[in-house]
Amino acid sequence: MPVSNGHRVAIVGSGPSGLAAAGDLAKMGYKVTVYEALHLAGGVLVYGIPEFRLPKIIVQNEIDNLKAIGVDIETNMVIGKVLTVDELFEMGNEAVYIGSGAGLPRFMNIPGESLKGVYSANEYLTRINLMKAYKKDSKTPIMHSKNVAVVGGGNVAMDSARCAKRMGAENVYIIYRRSRNEMPARKEEVEHAIEEGIIFRTLTNPVEILGDEKGMVNGVKCVEMELGEPDASGRCRPVEKPDSELVIDVDTVIMAIGTSPNPLIRTTTPGLETNQRGCIVTDGDSGMTSREGVYAGGDAVTGAATVILAMGAGKAAAKAIDEYIKNKN
Amino acid sequence: MYRILRKESLNPTVSLMDIQAPLIAKKAEPGQFIILRAKEDSERIPLTIADFDREKGTVTIIYQIVGGSTMELDTLNEGECLHDFVGPLGKPSETDGLKKVAVIGGGVGCAIAYPIAKKLSSLGCEVHSIAGFRNKELVILEDEFKKVSSKLCIMTDDGSYGTKGLVTNALEELIKEGNQYDEVIAIGPLVMMKFVCLLTKKYGIKTIVSMNPIMIDGTGMCGGCRLTVGGQTKFACVDGPDFDGHLVDFDEAMHRGTIYRDFESHMRDKNCNLMKQGDK
Ligand SMILES: Cc1cc2nc3c(=O)[nH]c(=O)nc-3n(C[C@H](O)[C@H](O)[C@H](O)COP(=O)(O)OP(=O)(O)OC[C@H]3O[C@@H](n4cnc5c(N)ncnc54)[C@H](O)[C@@H]3O)c2cc1C
Ligand SMILES: Cc1cc2nc3c(=O)[nH]c(=O)nc-3n(C[C@H](O)[C@H](O)[C@H](O)COP(=O)(O)OP(=O)(O)OC[C@H]3O[C@@H](n4cnc5c(N)ncnc54)[C@H](O)[C@@H]3O)c2cc1C
Ligand code: FES
Repeated sequence: MPVSNGHRVAIVGSGPSGLAAAGDLAKMGYKVTVYEALHLAGGVLVYGIPEFRLPKIIVQNEIDNLKAIGVDIETNMVIGKVLTVDELFEMGNEAVYIGSGAGLPRFMNIPGESLKGVYSANEYLTRINLMKAYKKDSKTPIMHSKNVAVVGGGNVAMDSARCAKRMGAENVYIIYRRSRNEMPARKEEVEHAIEEGIIFRTLTNPVEILGDEKGMVNGVKCVEMELGEPDASGRCRPVEKPDSELVIDVDTVIMAIGTSPNPLIRTTTPGLETNQRGCIVTDGDSGMTSREGVYAGGDAVTGAATVILAMGAGKAAAKAIDEYIKNKN
Repeated sequence: MYRILRKESLNPTVSLMDIQAPLIAKKAEPGQFIILRAKEDSERIPLTIADFDREKGTVTIIYQIVGGSTMELDTLNEGECLHDFVGPLGKPSETDGLKKVAVIGGGVGCAIAYPIAKKLSSLGCEVHSIAGFRNKELVILEDEFKKVSSKLCIMTDDGSYGTKGLVTNALEELIKEGNQYDEVIAIGPLVMMKFVCLLTKKYGIKTIVSMNPIMIDGTGMCGGCRLTVGGQTKFACVDGPDFDGHLVDFDEAMHRGTIYRDFESHMRDKNCNLMKQGDK
């Protein structure tokens, strides 16, 4: 156990970013408390990324190591609801690190998205991973689908597709509006998906989800796309081909088209600057926000990104927090 | 730990528990809910904060035993602990500026409606309560509602208690008697809320309903609780659970509520069998 320096820091969110910050601060002698909204610590590593890609025991070991060096992890604590960031200061914390991720799923806003059988990737993966619907005797329900369309081209889409296949689906499609070259998923993930028999329908964009009289999904209507001029992101802008409508027969549609930070922290922390996408604005690498003593990093700042970046931001902020507290005292 | 300090059966299928949860009790407001897991491998289920005591640090929940998870919850007794208890979630009900309100509860929905009636009454608002049940045996919270309402109509489907009829009959009568409500608050089964809304639309009275779609996290992370309100997608757990009833797409919500019907009845049967074995 590191020698205590008598200062306290609170961390919001137990994803890779929050845990990285917690570990470094605890090693410097800070008393660190991590507040996690869910009943289990680990963030996307436990609720999103599937067991076959990241065994939960690895995450659990990391968390046990943190506990062993004195980090307190309080689950079932939604900051912004049960305690606000201001109250964390009142409780004696001298700095707060926000690593609350980007968990709010986006939908396409096309007709049929509320039919039964349409999931956000987060819901689908949470049911399977966090709530363990992959186990036969789980108490959490999940649709046992035959034909699944996953919309999106990132790691999240690949994981959803591979999970669906493992849950017994016969045909799993990845529907993506650009070509394979533009897919944001890591190359290996795409290759794994192809090896496992996931069917890629690129240059295809859903325009409507179709359902039967009971409100169950029975197809997804798409249009074909072609690549036009590069857009602001430098990737070619997909444009719709005229008269190219087609229907893919599916009973489940999983939307994996991105997430943004949830509003719980920004709406309850006066003076915390965020941008139009709801991400917390920070000053360079340090993670310093517009509120004194409040630091932030990971997906909460960048929007959905990577584990490495999230951990890096946590470590950088731990250093900045240490300097801040030392200078203040 | 989230210890059960009191457990009481209100009717054959509805029970009440006081849970030790001082931080939540300190922040709770009417209209908010908690999510709990009875045991380590239980499902996460949302229940409304039916009452709270900031000094004692307790939160009251009232639940109807309808399926696997609520059966499992009901196996726990005073002195035992819930595995997880998180809240307060959702937005508090808005009570500002209301002078006269009709509060309608249907069945266990009365447990959700009661804290709002109580708060309105404490703010000096005139509260008319209408509570509907299938029969006399299922009536809950009658004394509690009486204390906070200047008028209380109990309605039963079969006439075995109070007045025979639906909550909408009582509401229409009160309106016809000349009562002018700033707002109607209706909480209960989706069909009940839908028909209350159709009635109040006719009379042009603003109506708030409390929606209870299937939830998992309760923090806006899964989108499973989404519903369509005024043509826009809303997440009941963070944008609600209260919504303007005249804008809610009830038919869609009713469809979505049946996603796991087969699975649920399977779990219900499984738990019933387990309990029967336990009784032997
Ligand atoms: C399915 C999937 C697959 C992925 N695959 C890869 C991959 O292969 N490689 C890669 O590098 N990246 C991958 N990513 C992205 C990576 O997981 C994220 O970038 C990373 O987890 C971000 O870490 P974080 O700590 O910022 O946030 P998160 O991991 O999102 O953790 C945030 C935590 O904060 C909690 N929280 C939120 N709000 C509050 C609040 N108000 N109070 C308390 N707690 C709160 C959340 O419950 C959550 O536990 C994937 C993501 C997903 C969803
Ligand atoms: C915000 C909110 C507040 C609620 N407040 C109360 C309350 O105060 N008292 C009360 O008795 N009930 C309340 N409910 C409903 C309660 O959560 C469900 O009855 C409970 O989850 C049923 O679980 P089960 O496994 O016992 O039944 P199941 O057999 O699983 O299902 C029975 C019914 O409950 C619905 N349901 C199932 N799982 C969930 C879930 N995770 N979330 C929401 N609904 C679900 C199903 O659609 C079905 O209609 C509330 C629901 C919400 C969303
Ligand atoms: S319960 Fe998951 S977003 Fe509302």
